[in-house]
Amino acid sequence: MSTRLAKGGRLLDRSKPLNFTFNGTPLRGFLGDTLASALLGSGKTLLGRSFKYHRPRGLVASGVEEPNVLVNLGRNARLEPDQRATTTELFEGAEAASQNHWPSLEFDIGEINDKISKLFPAGFYYKTFMAPKWAWKHLFEPVIRQAAGLGAAPKEADPDRYEQTYAFCDVLVAGGGVAGLAAALAEAKAGKRVMVMEQTAFWGGRAPVDGGTIDGLAPDEWVRNAIEALEKMENVQLFTRTMVSGLYNHGYVIGYQRVADHTPGDGRPRHRLWRIRAGLVITATGALERPLAFAGNDVPGVMLASAVRDYLVNWAVSPGDRVVIVTNNDDAYRTALAVLDAGLSVPVVIDARDSVTGALPMAVKARGVRVLEGRGVAKVLGRKAVTGVEICAQAGEGGVIETVACDCVAMSGGWSPVVHLFSHVGGKLIWDEAGAMFRPDATRPPIKADGTALARAVGAANGALTLDALCAEAGLAAQVEPEAPLAPVWVMPAGAKEALKFKAFLDYQNDVKVSDVQLAAREGYTSVEHTKRYTTLGMASDQGKLSNINGLAILSDALGQAIPQTGTTTFRPPYTPISFGAVAAEAKGEIFQPLRRTPMHGWHEAKGAHWEPVGLWRRPYCYPRSGESHRDAVNREITNTRTNVGLLDASTLGKIVVKGPDAGRFLDMLYTGMMSTLPVGKCRYGIMCNENGFLMDDGVVVRLSEDSWLCHTTSGGAEHIHAWMEDWLQCEWWDWKVYTANLTEQYAQVAVVGPKARAVLEKLGGMDVSKEALPFMSLAEGTLGGFPARVFRISFSGELSYEIAVPANMGLAFWEALNAAGAEFGAMPYGTEALHVMRAEKGFIMIGDETDGTVIPQDLNLGWAISKKKDDYLGKRAQARVEMARPDRWRLVGLETIDGTVLPDGVYAVAEGHNANGQRNTQGRVTSTYWSPTLKKGIAMGLVVNGPERMGEVLDFPGDGGGVHKVKIVDPCFYDKEGEKANV
Amino acid sequence: MSEAMSALKGETHTGFATVAEAGLTGMVTIRADLADPALAAALAPLGLTVPALRQVTAAGGRSLGWMSPDELLLVCGYDEAPGLAATLATALAESHALVVNVSDMRARFTVSGAKAREVMMKLCPLDFATLPVMEMRRTRAAQVAVALWRSGADEISLVCFRSVATYVMGLLEVSSRRGGEIF
Amino acid sequence: MLTFTCPYCGVAAEESELTGGGEAHLKRFGPGSSDAEFEAYLFTRKNPKGVHFERWRHAYGCGKWFLAARDTNTLEVFGSYPAQTTEPPADLIAAIKNKRPGWEGWK
Repeated sequence: MSTRLAKGGRLLDRSKPLNFTFNGTPLRGFLGDTLASALLGSGKTLLGRSFKYHRPRGLVASGVEEPNVLVNLGRNARLEPDQRATTTELFEGAEAASQNHWPSLEFDIGEINDKISKLFPAGFYYKTFMAPKWAWKHLFEPVIRQAAGLGAAPKEADPDRYEQTYAFCDVLVAGGGVAGLAAALAEAKAGKRVMVMEQTAFWGGRAPVDGGTIDGLAPDEWVRNAIEALEKMENVQLFTRTMVSGLYNHGYVIGYQRVADHTPGDGRPRHRLWRIRAGLVITATGALERPLAFAGNDVPGVMLASAVRDYLVNWAVSPGDRVVIVTNNDDAYRTALAVLDAGLSVPVVIDARDSVTGALPMAVKARGVRVLEGRGVAKVLGRKAVTGVEICAQAGEGGVIETVACDCVAMSGGWSPVVHLFSHVGGKLIWDEAGAMFRPDATRPPIKADGTALARAVGAANGALTLDALCAEAGLAAQVEPEAPLAPVWVMPAGAKEALKFKAFLDYQNDVKVSDVQLAAREGYTSVEHTKRYTTLGMASDQGKLSNINGLAILSDALGQAIPQTGTTTFRPPYTPISFGAVAAEAKGEIFQPLRRTPMHGWHEAKGAHWEPVGLWRRPYCYPRSGESHRDAVNREITNTRTNVGLLDASTLGKIVVKGPDAGRFLDMLYTGMMSTLPVGKCRYGIMCNENGFLMDDGVVVRLSEDSWLCHTTSGGAEHIHAWMEDWLQCEWWDWKVYTANLTEQYAQVAVVGPKARAVLEKLGGMDVSKEALPFMSLAEGTLGGFPARVFRISFSGELSYEIAVPANMGLAFWEALNAAGAEFGAMPYGTEALHVMRAEKGFIMIGDETDGTVIPQDLNLGWAISKKKDDYLGKRAQARVEMARPDRWRLVGLETIDGTVLPDGVYAVAEGHNANGQRNTQGRVTSTYWSPTLKKGIAMGLVVNGPERMGEVLDFPGDGGGVHKVKIVDPCFYDKEGEKANV
Repeated sequence: MSEAMSALKGETHTGFATVAEAGLTGMVTIRADLADPALAAALAPLGLTVPALRQVTAAGGRSLGWMSPDELLLVCGYDEAPGLAATLATALAESHALVVNVSDMRARFTVSGAKAREVMMKLCPLDFATLPVMEMRRTRAAQVAVALWRSGADEISLVCFRSVATYVMGLLEVSSRRGGEIF
Repeated sequence: MLTFTCPYCGVAAEESELTGGGEAHLKRFGPGSSDAEFEAYLFTRKNPKGVHFERWRHAYGCGKWFLAARDTNTLEVFGSYPAQTTEPPADLIAAIKNKRPGWEGWK
């Protein structure tokens, strides 16, 4: 039975009691407690159920490596599953609940899995759910989904806020123990900008618990002095509760700060993700103690030896009254001393080594504790709590020599340096035979952009596991009991029988046992990466912090090879799980992504516009009136535009000015047509191709002056086309004198379209917009209704049409002025759908509809827009390839259903025969299809094999549900073929 | 020009720093050979000198920032921008240059207060601790391009495209909320 | 996340401020070129494991294209230089040869 001791607890503030609940039971802890220490201090040892077998589980560890005790924390919107009790600071009102059991933690139906656990060997899923095929979807997956997962997901939106921040430093120290602080002091004194990040709420790491002296001071005192000194230095930033999560290329480091986990709802961001660029990362991340694999090593009450003394020293919590120590090294004897110091009992120390003579064991013996040499644990007794251990010869098969009653077992299999950060971007490890551990190879560190070392490991993370070793490395003087070498022991006893190995756990969270790894080896899994995935060893949320080295040692043994030959699995960030909130940070709600707004956006919004996303822009699709469907609204807008006048916010159109002595020559290379000969004040439609010859963008080009042109691009294309221009100017023709500027957003642009367009502009007044003064495809500049304006006579609808650009800051006022002036002429705004229908009625192509990156201008009958006089333009060489001149290319035509209905979008016309895959051959597809309110029938455009030569032919387009659309090939221009309406 | 309205009409929020859209601002882009004596001559009447790499020069309430090896940004009064653009274009008529009024295509913001840089640290991959006053940087604020400079000891000015002004104000407002102080 | 020093701005920019542009020092082949030349220009790329010359644009910064030499395996960046050149600077080539004695050169 665990309990809180009356005295002690170096991290506790007993004057500040905190109330919390576990599974609804009110409990009490103190400021400084973790949820784990508070639970243990409240006598709670059964704290969870394992994932696969639902075995009763309790705390194994005291820190980030804890595999078992993951809880649901909080409730409603602040419910968060899988929170590690050992890294959750206790706060007033905390609500925790255990996971993965039904109906209760004490009585769990799922425990049946443990009774039949022989049916779930390694690779169970791969072996079991293979056949019959239908059963996966209908039987296996639903059942597995029901059983899978640990915690409950919250159902409400997260009320907390999260943020990210960038930071830069010369040196980032990961870990605030003695080694990290010593390194930080040295770097800071050398004038470096230093950041120090410690994942817990306290400085000092293990040394204050483990004892010894540093420069003659007790570790706590040395740490206090070091922090005081660092706090005074302006070039140092200190962070607790901040885990260095991962190292990435070129010194990019992610830090994860838990700003307000312990003060929920206080208005601060809950987590902050640090995006750091560091010149050097010093990994002072310490080491993790390894469990030993013996039968029943997962019974609640079996803990890491270091965790037992952490709970005693840091939190004044006794995990048990009678603590049996099981070890292969001297360090675990510190736990025996801590237990004795707390006035509790150590019935026996079971040491796997044949001869135990070190100073620490001697000190323990001197206090009257029985130390057994060459012994191991055959089996732990108890199910929901430890009741005793059966002791055997380590060398044997597990024959029981003696049984000792106890309520806690403290085990130690040695220590593994935390090499994660060093390894994340390619730092190499070496196997240290004496320490039976992998440690960083300083000669093969991860590198930065300049090829120099990005990381350096210090202290226990570098394999300097003892205080004297790490102090020697840091140039400090230490006094501490010397430790005798450990014996590399992975399984107890060495010849454990199958029945014992079957209950000897390696990966607690995923319920992977010694027998599973050995089975995998027998079944031919020789790679550690494959074994990991087959057995799921190390794949849980603790990422194998306790199990990896033990697992690969056992695999190596099964394969009959040395451990370094087997190697480790790849270490990947994050070191411990980080929240999705921190990853998403500010990118939610209104600022999830940038929405681009035209100057008239608010007006459209107020008029109830239905939006269409165009790139990041939002454009009105239509403006539905009360009771109107979107379709009704579009039809009304089209009819009104064709009979009266319509207004379109065309501000999103790309507008790039190109100027210089070589601008004409440059545009002749960019466009397929000839732009250098365009007279000043005139407009010309132009198309651009990439070097593959495929159509890329189109728009009207206007010559503004002798040496400057304005290039309109598609709405989505402005940035891309501007970048395309700059690419050619900077990287190919850098001696050409051309400057470009993307002025897309400088102007609000409005299309005034329809038979009464001129009347509206004349009402505004200020410019002569007559046919004579401003003929089709020309430009006038002046003041229109008081606004400085450029007026283009261009048409994308076939109607009389003006596009007017005014400064963006006046865009809304101009738009309102136009609406007011147009009222008496029936002016209405129209949206992008009406625009699309009207251009399709005229047979005008749309980039992205008629083009898909494989279409050349010739396919779209745009040969007329390609200059025959030019030697070169981008795409010309490609268009001379044989493939591009094939007579059976798919080319643009109009399509009309025989019955006048609307064709579905994207459907294919079938041809005779089948292709190599047994699919029907095709001979064309629909690229745009609409209901034309003007023509009162469905109209479409499409690409059809040799289409323009097949006018009048009827094709079959299979539709949804087995029907076939009979479709006639027609001219793509459905409306006003002679162009009389625009040219008035 | 009384009907001109800046993107956010001077919207302001005060958290642990004050973030404000600066209202109508004149801006003129000058693309030219920065070493061209004609450029220096064209700027001389304004009292402005051609800024060195990444620098911002200022005179008479106007500033001139280095945007790229062949581009400067003149920040001035909104109403005077068209005239200044025309004057500079005339002065540079004999040179290969592009001068264009871009006042309407951008929004300008100021972030001010002792912790102003803690707002910007959250948005830009830039070392604000070492950024000198009056040095121009073009970078990324979350998902959009910005140009910024420390316009004073405790003030950062930034400009972005007009269409994303609402987004940038959202970023600034969220990043300056009380409780979000970093240090 | 990679960093490159923009040779125009003189500042280190992180990858998120840049746009990659593939292999550097390609020679354009236009009308009149053979099918083989044109194919090589459009499609054939070195894709080495080791030293690679590549194009980057300081898209969120000055907007300029620059070229860089980078080891595609170790990600070490040997240097960056303005794009207005048909071949890498001699001192950069010397520096790379110094660090990668077995390197067969940039062509």
